[in-house]
Amino acid sequence: MLELDPVILSRIQFAFTITFHVIFPSFTIGLAAWLTTLEGLSMATGRPVYRRLFDFWLKIFVVAFVMGVVSGIVMAFQFGTNWSELAARTGPIQGPLLAYESFTAFLLEATFFGVMLFGRHRVPPWFYFVSCLMVAFGTSLSTFWILANNSWMQVPVGYALEGQQFVPTSWSAILTNEVLWVRFPHMLLAAYLTTAFCVAAVGAWYALRRLYAEESRVMLRMGLGLAALLIPFQLVIGHLNGEYVEKHQPSKFTAIEGRWETEQPARLLLLAWPDEAAERNSFEIGVPVLGSFFDSLTFDSKEPGIRTVAADERPPFLIPFYGFRAMVGMGLVMLFISWTGSVLVRRRRMDAGKLPPKWFLWATALSFPSGFIAVVAGWFTAEVGRQPWVVFGALRTADAVTPSLGTATALTSLLIYIGLYSIIFPAGTYYIHRTIKRGPGNEIEADESTEVKVHRRALPLGQ
Amino acid sequence: METIWQFDLVHFWAAALAFSILMYVLLDGFDLGVGMLFGISGDAGLRDRMLRTIAPVWDGNETWLVVIGTVLFGAFPAVYAIFLSAFYLPVAFLLGALILRGVSMEFRGRSTRRRWFWNLGFSGGSFAAAFVQGAAVGALVKGIDVDSGQYVGGPWDWLSPFAVFCGLGLVAGYALLGASWLVMKTRGDLREWSYHWLLRLLAISIGFIAVSFVWTLLAGLNITDRWFEAPVLLAVPVVLLLTGVVGLIWSWRQRLDRLAYPMAALIFFAAFTAFLLSFWPWVLPGDLRFDQAAAPPKSLEFLFYGAGMVVLPIVVLYTVGVYWIFRGKSRPLDE
Repeated sequence: MLELDPVILSRIQFAFTITFHVIFPSFTIGLAAWLTTLEGLSMATGRPVYRRLFDFWLKIFVVAFVMGVVSGIVMAFQFGTNWSELAARTGPIQGPLLAYESFTAFLLEATFFGVMLFGRHRVPPWFYFVSCLMVAFGTSLSTFWILANNSWMQVPVGYALEGQQFVPTSWSAILTNEVLWVRFPHMLLAAYLTTAFCVAAVGAWYALRRLYAEESRVMLRMGLGLAALLIPFQLVIGHLNGEYVEKHQPSKFTAIEGRWETEQPARLLLLAWPDEAAERNSFEIGVPVLGSFFDSLTFDSKEPGIRTVAADERPPFLIPFYGFRAMVGMGLVMLFISWTGSVLVRRRRMDAGKLPPKWFLWATALSFPSGFIAVVAGWFTAEVGRQPWVVFGALRTADAVTPSLGTATALTSLLIYIGLYSIIFPAGTYYIHRTIKRGPGNEIEADESTEVKVHRRALPLGQ
Repeated sequence: METIWQFDLVHFWAAALAFSILMYVLLDGFDLGVGMLFGISGDAGLRDRMLRTIAPVWDGNETWLVVIGTVLFGAFPAVYAIFLSAFYLPVAFLLGALILRGVSMEFRGRSTRRRWFWNLGFSGGSFAAAFVQGAAVGALVKGIDVDSGQYVGGPWDWLSPFAVFCGLGLVAGYALLGASWLVMKTRGDLREWSYHWLLRLLAISIGFIAVSFVWTLLAGLNITDRWFEAPVLLAVPVVLLLTGVVGLIWSWRQRLDRLAYPMAALIFFAAFTAFLLSFWPWVLPGDLRFDQAAAPPKSLEFLFYGAGMVVLPIVVLYTVGVYWIFRGKSRPLDE
């Protein structure tokens, strides 16, 4: 049984609140770009379908954005409440990076969001479009600064220790950190893919129900098309992320690989269950040589095992190992669905009046959580894999916690967040689900009791 | 030269911090206040119209809180670490209240069966957030236990009769800001209703300010030393306060819709100035000065050349711009 102390409670709280938070930005970063695209298309072509889709997705965007904003405020304070030692010691570096995030991004998004929601009749169309663009730009900037901060925690550069404090010596080194420049695009693409699959899934769901044929086709084609284009880049960038881990974080790398012994050529383990006392796996399924191939692109390279890492510097085994596999698995699912979609488009199976095969529509509709799962699994791999360090190789998580924090106090705040999020998450999901059920173009004021009266604008196929 | 520049940057960031706090208080203050007045009024029609006045701006307002947090973290990490560990529970309560309030505002319009719950979450969250902020300020005035740069008190040290009193005071103050905002943004019966509350809340707020002043004097709290050293300094906030009060009463009598909010804001500005004058240059009187708590020059410079010199003025510009877009009485068309 897990011993509850302020460190583990604070870790659980951080993991819980940031997992809850990251779901929304990974959705809204892409949604903001999607809405900007729709608004641009609507202005350029004047086709009403784009405007209907814009209004429809804006309603979903609102819910996700608000949940993202309020859960994000928590993040700005948790470094101090639970990790005051970290804050006091690394504040000179992490503080300015997070301050830049709030200055450049958070305010930009939150302010222009008001215009996007309520300004349609108050500002000229070009300004409205610029407001959408600002929100989309703000969300991407936000991603950059958050990744800059986290990348410094993963691979700290450009600093010197003065006493116990981490003092910046070179901001350009911190901002050109090679790790940052593979992780930032990785996250940005992940967010776009997440949204692309949500959009395509809604399109597929309508297609299965023979509803909103025109909207459904636009969503399927645009969602899957974007995904098909992005996923190869994401796989390559994902591989580059693996390379930085191998180079800078052998402890995380070997945990992801799951091999205890150094091997040459190395196997690729698909499944494993560790016996940490005996320093071996009590159960494993592996493919010979493939480990060397994926790690070094050769058939006979020597790849290190967990035993090469000092016992007190090893991260937990299960989360990085299975988190990584869940992320890659989702990537492969996305690759398969989006490329199948491209084939179907080429074979004119997605033209007006045609319906793609049912199994494909089901697969696409059910793929809506694929991006979320990949994002959360990827972050769990990165963050848990960094343990027992909070700043890799430089500051241990256990030394970073607030000294005055007691177990009961930490438990109180954790319970507050769990209680609150377990109310608002189902509620938000429910309202998004209902908006999707209502469909685009049904401008009925939200009201559960009038749900039955909603007139579905069901269009015959190929109208 | 190096030390003088450092000294100046510390001042710059202390000023930027003070500015962000003032922005937060004046902006989120009115929408938290509207949230509380929403709770006081039981009328569904009035409630919808109240919400309409803050819907386009509330989340921009709230993000100033994030700016405060991250400027503290970036420019004064020692203060950030001490304050947030000392106020661990109040911060959790505050964030919980703000989360509940933010989503409730969004969800109540989408629901009828559960609307009562979101209404309660919105007004209750607004009350709780205002109370906790006031209580934390009270606790700060009373002083917190620090030893060699770390908080050494208990999790409930912040909660004292004085802090509770300050918490209630800020509840009244934010409600006053909210009423003055509604007066400016609404018409008809809601405007009259808001005028009615404006005067009551003004009386209550003045009562809180007077009593807390006397209380601070009688309790012999650290910060009063300052007042005796330079009583002239106190004259500035007192003059501002009186101007605000007189102006607010005048705007009530003459029904000058657009004067009320600036005057209520002036009252807050006066209280904030008094607070700053009592502390500066100390963060924790006797224990920690701002310049001792500041991040190293390299951090302050990095923050200054981008965030301070370029971004902050732009942020102020577009904040003004967005308020300009939504100026005047709120219109149903904005929905």
